[in-house]
Amino acid sequence: MRSRLVKALSLLLSAIYAADVSAEYGLNMPRGVTDISHSVYDLHMTIFWICVAIGVVVFGVMFYSIFKHRKSKGAVASNFHENTTIEIIWTIVPVIILVVMAIPATKTLVEMYDTSDADVDIKITGYQWKWRYEYLGSGVDFFSNMSTPKEEIYNAQEKNENYLLEVDNELVVPVGKKIRFLITANDVIHSWWIPDFAVKKDAIPGFINESWTRINEPGVYRGQCTELCGKDHGFMPVVVRVVEQSEYDDWLAQKQEEAKAAAELAKLTFTLEEQMERGEKVYATNCAACHQPNGQGIPPAFPSLVGTEIATKLLDKHIEVVVDGVAGSAMQAYGGQLSEVDIAAVITYERNAWGNDTGDNVSAKDIVDYKNK
Amino acid sequence: MSAVIDNPSHDDHEHHGPTKGIARWLFTTNHKDIGSMYLWFSFAMFLVGGCMALTIRAELFQPGLQLVEPEFFNQMTTMHGLIMVFGAVMPAFVGLANWMIPMMVGAPDMALPRMNNWSFWILPFAFGLLLSTLFMEGGAPNFGWTFYAPLSTTYAPDTVTYFIFGVHMMGISSIMGAINVIATILNMRAPGMTLMKMPLFVWTWLITAFLLIAVMPVLAGVVTMMLMDVHFGTSFFDAAGGGDPVLFQHIFWFFGHPEVYIMILPAFGVVSQIIPTFSRKPLFGYHSMVYAVASIAILSFIVWAHHMFTVGMPLAGELFFMYATMLIAVPTGVKVFNWITTMFRGSLTFEAPMLFSVAFVVLFTIGGFSGLMLAIAPSDFQYHDTYFVVAHFHYVLVPGAIFGIFAAVYYWLPKWCGRMYSEPLAKAHFWLSFIGMNLAFFPMHFLGLAGMPRRIPDYALQFADFNSISSVGAFIFGATQLLFLYLVIKAIRSGEPATDQVWEGAEGLEWTVSSPAPYHTFSTPPEVK
Repeated sequence: MRSRLVKALSLLLSAIYAADVSAEYGLNMPRGVTDISHSVYDLHMTIFWICVAIGVVVFGVMFYSIFKHRKSKGAVASNFHENTTIEIIWTIVPVIILVVMAIPATKTLVEMYDTSDADVDIKITGYQWKWRYEYLGSGVDFFSNMSTPKEEIYNAQEKNENYLLEVDNELVVPVGKKIRFLITANDVIHSWWIPDFAVKKDAIPGFINESWTRINEPGVYRGQCTELCGKDHGFMPVVVRVVEQSEYDDWLAQKQEEAKAAAELAKLTFTLEEQMERGEKVYATNCAACHQPNGQGIPPAFPSLVGTEIATKLLDKHIEVVVDGVAGSAMQAYGGQLSEVDIAAVITYERNAWGNDTGDNVSAKDIVDYKNK
Repeated sequence: MSAVIDNPSHDDHEHHGPTKGIARWLFTTNHKDIGSMYLWFSFAMFLVGGCMALTIRAELFQPGLQLVEPEFFNQMTTMHGLIMVFGAVMPAFVGLANWMIPMMVGAPDMALPRMNNWSFWILPFAFGLLLSTLFMEGGAPNFGWTFYAPLSTTYAPDTVTYFIFGVHMMGISSIMGAINVIATILNMRAPGMTLMKMPLFVWTWLITAFLLIAVMPVLAGVVTMMLMDVHFGTSFFDAAGGGDPVLFQHIFWFFGHPEVYIMILPAFGVVSQIIPTFSRKPLFGYHSMVYAVASIAILSFIVWAHHMFTVGMPLAGELFFMYATMLIAVPTGVKVFNWITTMFRGSLTFEAPMLFSVAFVVLFTIGGFSGLMLAIAPSDFQYHDTYFVVAHFHYVLVPGAIFGIFAAVYYWLPKWCGRMYSEPLAKAHFWLSFIGMNLAFFPMHFLGLAGMPRRIPDYALQFADFNSISSVGAFIFGATQLLFLYLVIKAIRSGEPATDQVWEGAEGLEWTVSSPAPYHTFSTPPEVK
């Protein structure tokens, strides 16, 4: 009997141990690539094994009673129902275990809260349903949208390896440097999470939360928004590419060049065809989630754009809605998110697609004029 | 009315039964009738909320969007949570309280019978209001059962107003029910039934009732502030108007954390009745059980922000809430140790109530372990808002609260209807529920640790296998509850007659009355020695 019990126990333990070593198959928390994430992982495993140990003792006694003290086996009930000594012991012992656990937890938490002396400062803003990354002091500022195509989501195409965890513009950071994140939101609450960094912080409108990381290994790390933020909460991944300092410097310089080039574009004029082409892309990235690729929207929350007053007649109102948003609704103010060129293109697209056919060609200058009014 | 008339044929009066037809149920002030209505209502809501859960699990069976769109998915997660919490678990415990508290303390009825009728009949209207939003333009509430602002205010569908009034009505019902429980327990105990002689189910409900009175007004307050923000231009939770979205979470969880104990303490009470009965041995450490429940209730008021470790609280706040939360493990541990020591060297049998109670102790403890892990703030940053949390709270609510309710129904059903349920069917119900529930919720631990956020309608490919297993388990668990419905109806209609004692080892006043319990019990108070 005893040997059977030992055998069963060792089998159980080896199963749990197997669960531990097979972290790469998605059974356990990743150990991560930062010192903090290693501390967090160690805390997690310590408390887990403490729970397992307590569980083995408590359930061991319980199952011993279940098998040994059955009425069907002729067990006669004793009548004890109090024992002050043992009751004091099993109150004190858990307190001691908890104190032992609280000490390393406090230490790790204090480290996580030390955001001083950062090498790079990045402001992260959550939008419905994308992230904006601003590299403070360098003029680099861009949005990061999920790039998984609708066809994969609706099972019309085979899903790729990074399904739902891929974006158009990754956050790029240097390895081994202390990076401080300033996290906020534009509309509702979001939460920015990379499991491998053990960084998760809520992005809350009106607040700027701080967090930091120092990544030990270059690579691409993926996470997701972890606070319910509306319809496409499941479709706003976080992707971070960690590179060597020199590569990071090149990337930053290239981004600064691109920003300059985009500003130059505003001075040019485009044909209706060129505008439609650019506008369709801008629409797909920024507008289609709500107003749908066919412009029909999902009324009443997300109105249709097909044949409406604003989209076919009232041009000024159209520009106003796109640039300033609609207060109290999900319609964001795109004036600060998109360049004048892109805003002009998308408005032109909306006024000529899906049979709206107004022939209007809105220029970047119109948008600048509106903003200066 | 007739109670004040000195009736010469006193005996007839004592034994008069219920009025006939629908009027009996509409106008009843009898604690047994009202208890039954609460229980049937909560079971109906359990099935409705269950169908929503199965919609969620069906969509999550495979990666990709197959059955529902994300908007509807969010409505399902929201309504599933609201209906299970406010419609299934809470009314079921109020139903048990109505049936059992008067019979356990030797009272003829609840202290405030007319209010009792009202507190039940509010509920169908409250849930009618809430469920009707599913058929409205713009859809049902879609902001999660925790309805964080500003998603639930500025960005909410118009039906949020129906939700707010529904919550107000549920709150009124709960507060009236709680007042009734406290008034009954404090004023109507039989002579000799001192507080420290009360059965633990009565004790846990007394403490639960105080929790309800303390926190339901807080919930009413927070939804009223939402109403003001949505319709009257205030900015309690709108940062653009100088408000504070985090304030919402503080107020909500000041209600929400005691709320989780409201859902589990009566189950502690049920299990503390059942384990001694089937161990044929008195409950170990009665006094420490009472003190442990009281400590848990008090601690539940100072731990709320452990739900908010990631909102960016100052370090001192994080540490305070982490330590306070870890402390709850101590009284909870005491309870588990006491239950197990009660079983130790008993004379155990395993009828359905005991099976559910033993499963309760084991699985609730597993939920407690994951709760302890979640209390460690640095690790919580990794667990927070992932499926690990979903696994945790389903482990404390399904094999906790729900198994507690099943155990109570099997334990007291013979007393209620005078007939035994079918033990083989009940055992089948237990084992299928046990397997289904573990299959549904255990893999969620792995999903959460591997990085799957909660409340998402679609997921990355590495989460596919465990999600399929979980969905299969959920459907097994869900379908099994139809067996429960069948076996309860079968017992009521054609079960074997039950004895008055019902269970060999059962002790307490409720077993001294005949089975089925007469329409009026303890019109003359019993003497408790």
